[in-house]
Amino acid sequence: MRIREIQKLIDARLLCGEHLLDEEIHNVCGSDLMSDVLAFSNGQMLITGLVNPQVIRTAEMVDIRCIVFARDKTPDAGMIELAREKDMAVMTCRGSMFDVCGVLYQHGLRGEE
Amino acid sequence: MPDAIRMTFNVDGDDFAAAGTASSEVKRALKQLGMPPELVKRAAICMYEGEINMVIHADGGVASVAIRPGSVEIELRDRGPGIPDLELAMQEGYSTASEQARNLGFGAGMGLPNMKRYADELKIDTKIGVGTTVTMVLRDRTR
Ligand SMILES: Nc1ncnc2c1ncn2[C@@H]1O[C@H](COP(=O)(O)OP(=O)(O)OP(=O)(O)O)[C@@H](O)[C@H]1O
Ligand SMILES: [Mg+2]
Repeated sequence: MRIREIQKLIDARLLCGEHLLDEEIHNVCGSDLMSDVLAFSNGQMLITGLVNPQVIRTAEMVDIRCIVFARDKTPDAGMIELAREKDMAVMTCRGSMFDVCGVLYQHGLRGEE
Repeated sequence: MPDAIRMTFNVDGDDFAAAGTASSEVKRALKQLGMPPELVKRAAICMYEGEINMVIHADGGVASVAIRPGSVEIELRDRGPGIPDLELAMQEGYSTASEQARNLGFGAGMGLPNMKRYADELKIDTKIGVGTTVTMVLRDRTR
């Protein structure tokens, strides 16, 4: 599913990475635990409620292309700049992590294989 | 065989926001050198776990990387407190991370096990009150 469609489904606000909206997402990781993401992620999208620069760094290390911050958590300008530099899309949305994961699962996205 | 490309970084122990900068630069270099993506990802994860450990457990240190055709060697040297019981530290879930580190998404006790899983070789030299040196070798598994 393209990032564009995901953005619509979860009613998210895009903070950077407009040019990545047509990239395909197949697998998604939902976690607030960065070591967990580092250990298991082979997806292209991360959903998290944690906001600090290490979220962007962690995503960078495991080749994640898009980060969704749940519950309206909003990264600061420095984090967005870092994500831009690493060529990642960043969005924030109202729903909780549970809700976002649920909606995406219902529409066919899956976790790590 | 061409000589190794070497990179050295000072990892600041007081700047959590900057932690991971060295790993990020190494990842970019590996990509630019055309190393296989699976090796690049494993090396990035291993180095980042080690770099974070140096910041949250040992007040920073020095990271040295040697890149050769088909392999990457990463050495992380610190003058932190050392690891009293290495066997225990290697166990998944064991962590002495501070509340602050935990609030930032770390401290699950998974870093060292991750490094062991993703590196082809992992060696840890540690002495209480002197410091810790972690050496990892990663090889191109597709070769
Ligand atoms: N460089 C180091 N200096 C001193 N102690 C260390 C160092 N690296 C690891 N340790 C010790 O080993 C423990 C386990 O490390 P490990 O990386 O597996 O987990 P963690 O860093 O606590 O949590 P996580 O990696 O999941 O964020 C640490 O909690 C710490 O006590
Ligand atoms: Mg760790």
